[in-house]
Amino acid sequence: MSATATTDKPPRQLGDRVFSGVALASGVIIMLALAGVFFFLALEGAPALSLPENIYRPATDFWSYVGPLVFGTTLAAVIALVLAVPFAIAIALFISHYAPKRLAVPIAYVMDLLAAVPSVVYGLWGGGVLNVAIQPLLVWLHDHLGFLPFFAGPPSATGKTILTAGVVLAIMVLPIISAISREVFAQTPRLNEEAALALGATRWEMIRMTVFPYGRSGVVSATMLGLGRALGETMAVAMVLSATPIVTLNLISSTNPATIASNIAQNYKEATADKQALLIATGLVLFAFTFLVNFAARWIAGRSERRLNR
Amino acid sequence: MNRTSIRRMIVPTVAALSLGLGLGACGAGNEDPAPASSDSASTGGSLSGTLAGGGSSAQDKAQAAWRAGFQGANPDVTINYDPVGSGDGRQNFISGAYEFGGTDSALNDDEGELSAAKERCGGEDAIEIPAYVSPIAVAFNLPGIDSLNLSASTVAKIFDGKITTWNDPAIAAENDSVDLPSTRITPVHRSDDSGTTGNFTDYLSKAGDGAWGYDPDGVWPIKGGEGGDGTSGLIGAVSDGEGAIGYADDSAVKDTPLGVVSLKVGDSYNPPTPEGAAKVVAVSPPVEGRSDVDMAVDVDRTTTEAGAYPLLVSSYLLACQHYDDANTAALVKGFLSFIVSSEGQQAAAAEAGSAPLESGVAEKAAGIVGSIAAK
Repeated sequence: MSATATTDKPPRQLGDRVFSGVALASGVIIMLALAGVFFFLALEGAPALSLPENIYRPATDFWSYVGPLVFGTTLAAVIALVLAVPFAIAIALFISHYAPKRLAVPIAYVMDLLAAVPSVVYGLWGGGVLNVAIQPLLVWLHDHLGFLPFFAGPPSATGKTILTAGVVLAIMVLPIISAISREVFAQTPRLNEEAALALGATRWEMIRMTVFPYGRSGVVSATMLGLGRALGETMAVAMVLSATPIVTLNLISSTNPATIASNIAQNYKEATADKQALLIATGLVLFAFTFLVNFAARWIAGRSERRLNR
Repeated sequence: MNRTSIRRMIVPTVAALSLGLGLGACGAGNEDPAPASSDSASTGGSLSGTLAGGGSSAQDKAQAAWRAGFQGANPDVTINYDPVGSGDGRQNFISGAYEFGGTDSALNDDEGELSAAKERCGGEDAIEIPAYVSPIAVAFNLPGIDSLNLSASTVAKIFDGKITTWNDPAIAAENDSVDLPSTRITPVHRSDDSGTTGNFTDYLSKAGDGAWGYDPDGVWPIKGGEGGDGTSGLIGAVSDGEGAIGYADDSAVKDTPLGVVSLKVGDSYNPPTPEGAAKVVAVSPPVEGRSDVDMAVDVDRTTTEAGAYPLLVSSYLLACQHYDDANTAALVKGFLSFIVSSEGQQAAAAEAGSAPLESGVAEKAAGIVGSIAAK
């Protein structure tokens, strides 16, 4: 590996050469791995664009098969983020700026622990406990907010709805978003904060004037990491959701859109060769979709960064 | 858990074995052949080597029983059964990765699988024998009601969303003595592609007197409704929702507090029983145009035999008539013969709640696998 290091520059220590070689190799390998996944998906999934019509059933062609899945994936992730982001930012602020140290440390520790729970355990809990607990809430939402399309009902008797899946996903992405936000908030320059306080700002005003602008791009990055997990989460969604290939905004009925990842997990076991190609192609769509979302998010985060630097 | 259940099963079925060997068989199920106790081998035990197979996950429990029993009698043999699902099982058998395969739906030529299997077996027709027959129960969640009588057309209307409450006149007409609640019905289907769904929709479309307007299919044909992932997911969904109804392998329903539907057969209503399912397979006509070694049957869903239960899954084993390697041929022959023997069928019945094959069917299958040989 050290052979990759150039030798015409001023002489360097052996350690320098080895380390730069290792770092370069790591960078190259991760790119190769990603390219390998992409080519695998593209090659194996390519036949899926033109399969016999009955393979796509109950849809009729590739795009009508994958469309509702993309919709379901997005919907579940959006529900998760709407629930998780405000909560995560509040927790991060509490830990970094409000809580006394002896409270902040254990809370931060517990939050990090949430991230270590395997998703299949969340699935067991979501599909066996949370769904039963949330079912009366679904009935309540339907009774009181039934005029909104989201709560049109009829409410599911089992509680296995996309709203329940969204709540489980929210709990799963919460530690990711809050951990990164917490670190970013904690790095707000002390001088800025003290300057704000010296000008007579209350603590909340100080946070609004110094912590948020400074941490904005970090929070966006954290949200995007959370979004990535929510988009790709498989087992928890498969175990919680009662899924059907359909597009609906109704969040509380038995009929919910499936997500790409959970659809693959549920159907791969019994798939014939053609069906496998179809499922792999939906995986490629998820790959591309996640890539686009991340790309857009980077751009947004970068823009707010640039504006801040001006 | 696996360990104890296998051990519990072995004691009654392979009575000749000592407990020590029973434990050894468990170890063998994991990796390597167990050391044999010298006096135990009842069926010879001359075989040795490793046999790779896999497929239908419905057969998984039964395969564990067969594997334990066969390895118990042949301590130098290792059987691997990978429950990857019927589709992968057929694919891997055709590609040659498996020496034998298990599948819930018989080979057919819609995607060229029958011809491909023939090619894999050196141009000879592939062997296809029924190995695992199990009734599918229609289970419901209504506190206080253990059993309901329903005809196939009523079940079809319930799952099609045409009947929406439990006190619907159509249900009440078949259940005079039952006090039916006005609870909303939540039909639950399998959200994954499954052989159970395939058999259930096949039953509804053939026995439902036209009430089921969809083709038989492993993918649930209706867009919408409650779905459960896998057998356990479906049972979980039915258990969680009052008024829910679903369908699953009878062995999975037995241990739950759910009510079970007795289906209308002829003029009577029959609950799911292994014997009733085996009876239906015995009277079902073979699929047309199959070779002598292909026992695929067209399950007769409309039979009126007394005690018959036509809602069932009939799972097959795939093998070749001849193998290149003499030892492989001997292993496949030995293992498949054990499966269709009464000892093997009883072992599966005890472990997985399946229906032992009727003697006529078992004899024919034994004859077919008995002719497996090396090239």
